[in-house]
Amino acid sequence: MAAVKFTLNGKSQTVDVVPQMPLLWALRDTLGMTGTKFGCGMALCGACTVHINGQPTRSCVTQVATVAGKSVTTIEGLSSDSSHPVQRAWIEADVPQCGYCQSGQIMTAAALVAKTANPSDSDIDEAMRGNLCRCGTYQAIRQAVHLAARYQAQAKGGAR
Amino acid sequence: MNDVNRRSFLKTGAAVGGGLLVGFQLPVKGQTAGLSKLNAFVKVGTDDTVTLEIHKAEMGQGTVTSLSQLLAEELECDWKKIRTEFPGVEPVYGSPMMGTYGSLSIRTSWQPLRQAGASAREMLVQAAAQQWKVDKSQCRAENSAVVNTATGTKLTYGALAEAAAKLPAPASVPLKTAAQYKVIGTSPKRLDTPSKVNGTAGFGLDVRRPGMLYASLERCPVFGGKVASFDGSKAMAVPGVKKVVQISNGVAVIADDTWSAMEGRKALIVKWDEGKWANVSTPGLRQEWAALAAKPGQSVRKAGDAAATFAGAVKKVEAVYEAPYLSHAPMEPLNATVEVRPDGCDIWVASQIQSAAQQVAAQITGLPAGKCLIHTQYLGGGFGRRGGADYVGEAVEIAKVMSPVPVKLTWTREDDLQHDTYRPASYVKFSGGLDAQGLPVSFSARVVCPPFGGNTTPVEGIHDMKYAIPNVQVDYTAPDTGTPVSYWRSVGYSQNTYFMEAFIDEMAAAAGADPVEFRRKLLAGTPRLLNVLNIAADKGDWGKPLSAGRFRGVAVVNNIGSFNAQVAEVSVSQGKVKVHRVVCAVDCGQVINPAIVEAQIQSGIVYGLSTVTKLGITLDKGRVVQKNFNNYDPIRIDEMPVVEVHIVPSRENPGGIGEASTPTIVPAVVNAVYAATKKRVRMLPVKPADLV
Repeated sequence: MAAVKFTLNGKSQTVDVVPQMPLLWALRDTLGMTGTKFGCGMALCGACTVHINGQPTRSCVTQVATVAGKSVTTIEGLSSDSSHPVQRAWIEADVPQCGYCQSGQIMTAAALVAKTANPSDSDIDEAMRGNLCRCGTYQAIRQAVHLAARYQAQAKGGAR
Repeated sequence: MNDVNRRSFLKTGAAVGGGLLVGFQLPVKGQTAGLSKLNAFVKVGTDDTVTLEIHKAEMGQGTVTSLSQLLAEELECDWKKIRTEFPGVEPVYGSPMMGTYGSLSIRTSWQPLRQAGASAREMLVQAAAQQWKVDKSQCRAENSAVVNTATGTKLTYGALAEAAAKLPAPASVPLKTAAQYKVIGTSPKRLDTPSKVNGTAGFGLDVRRPGMLYASLERCPVFGGKVASFDGSKAMAVPGVKKVVQISNGVAVIADDTWSAMEGRKALIVKWDEGKWANVSTPGLRQEWAALAAKPGQSVRKAGDAAATFAGAVKKVEAVYEAPYLSHAPMEPLNATVEVRPDGCDIWVASQIQSAAQQVAAQITGLPAGKCLIHTQYLGGGFGRRGGADYVGEAVEIAKVMSPVPVKLTWTREDDLQHDTYRPASYVKFSGGLDAQGLPVSFSARVVCPPFGGNTTPVEGIHDMKYAIPNVQVDYTAPDTGTPVSYWRSVGYSQNTYFMEAFIDEMAAAAGADPVEFRRKLLAGTPRLLNVLNIAADKGDWGKPLSAGRFRGVAVVNNIGSFNAQVAEVSVSQGKVKVHRVVCAVDCGQVINPAIVEAQIQSGIVYGLSTVTKLGITLDKGRVVQKNFNNYDPIRIDEMPVVEVHIVPSRENPGGIGEASTPTIVPAVVNAVYAATKKRVRMLPVKPADLV
């Protein structure tokens, strides 16, 4: 065991677990942050996506020791009130069905619109193809990512 | 709920017979003070909140929202003040079985939930009339309040709840006519969405109990195999591992967290008695089933003399179709959290059939079923898989050993794909005869498929096909493979609609007929099916020019009390199939929530489409070959076609929707592939090499 110190959703966090433990399980079982989901354990489905220093990352294959000193954002930290443009768009388009994959979908989409202000359909396909959804919400996700990009642009416009 | 409450609950529930329970007058134990239960489905709080009991599992199909709409329509409550919860197992929520299956939630709730809403509203109106000392005809319910129409005075539902709960339930309350609907037929935002975009929705896997431990279970790789011996000493040496125990289905490792349990499991040494299915392989099964299909099976449907008319037919069409085993692969791996104590047992689980979960817990613990409490969580996908209680039984066995410590058992994705209760593989030999005018005179099918469900489940979609053909013979033979099989979204229709609709296309081609025209001629006796075919053909631009390299295919089905037709637009390049557009027409009777219907059609199409080119479970030496999403890889967003949904306006009683579109997408696509390549896809999944 070795204590690992990192920033979790903007706050300093220490977790004392086996250093090889994937970040996913440290978040879910040790810290009780269950918004990040387990789907495959092999970085194949994207349900466990979190941001590490802003980059969308599969927490199921990321050893907790490797996030020491870094900044981790989970779905719980994307916003305090579901006001992130991607969350607003997901609500407006009523994207989720079962909802299990949606934390990962939203984290991947948030990273996409942060990098690409006005993504095309092929940008969306490219960025989101690592996130599986068995309920088939893909068409709604495409619509919602476009909507999120508009919300984001409006928010930036308003701040000017 | 204590025993006295429980008895009166059951007594009044039985009096009205299933579905609706009225006249429940006792306060609800464990609830916030001031929350009055008006019946089994409706509670009203003194703060004007309305809590609706959602007795059908929410696995994405929208029951939390659509069942609330049924209740709210008659209850006349403020949609913004609705809360929902999942109740425990009670006969009133489903007898003999509480569960969510067969696309039945709306169909079985349509009457009782509107009656429950109306009954509760009437009690609130009655309470207001008594308070005002006026006749109830002078009172009108609207927006969570009762209005005195003479004076304009209002009493909110919260203010009336306690008095209303003391009243007897009305004997009968007339329901609104369709013209009066304000909530039914509209698409309010889904009630479950807010919690599903911020990580707070409680899925089975998210359950946490004080002092809880975590388990992972090693099972025999061959179905039906048993533990011969095991050595858990290396597993016990893994940090965090607390205990290694053998249960009926394998060896469990229990640890401080999920990952430690999985690591401990990797260190187990288990010797298996693999049993009698250790030599089963997919090529071997195909050979066996081909031999079985050479002989007649048990007759399921017989009309006229199919053999004689086939012998005398002007044109003859014969074909063999095959479909593989399929895994459900819901995104949330199976799991259950269980606490066993001497006096009772609590089970937190995402289950489609809570009654089955309760019964298995009662059997294993020896406790009365009523002492085994099921706490239903959101389901991270179901698709039929969570109708089984195998995973609940495993967790109860482990928790019994660890009693009174609560234990969460989590399956890995590998466990999920390798220990599913699969959609059965199937093998069908068809023959069809045409007369000189190109009309079918005979149709016969020999279906070889492992038995599951009821007697006709393995042949549904074939024996009940709607085409007017005078001579029909459908036979069924049941092989035994040792591979567990069960319901998979759309059940027998999932493979048989593919077989049936692809073979009908073969008959149309032999007749030199257009696939839509050929079907039209044979569907006059099923007008609702003919109607959706016509709409799909029209909206899907059937017969109109296509852009270069694109081709269309069509298919229809009548299942779960609904009707749908699809036109798929595909291109095939170097054997690789791309689906560009799917136009679906659906008639599911009265629609409760059009947005949910559209989402379910899209959902069912994605679920079925994955099986055309990508998914298949194969067996080698009794073991499932596929291990994770690398070799069981469902379609992803870049493979998603544009889906257009056309809903037929209807006042017929509601049909089902969750399984409506899954069967049709497969034949619509393979029929389009034929149009593109002149190659028939008679086995799934189709690979590029099959099409070049």
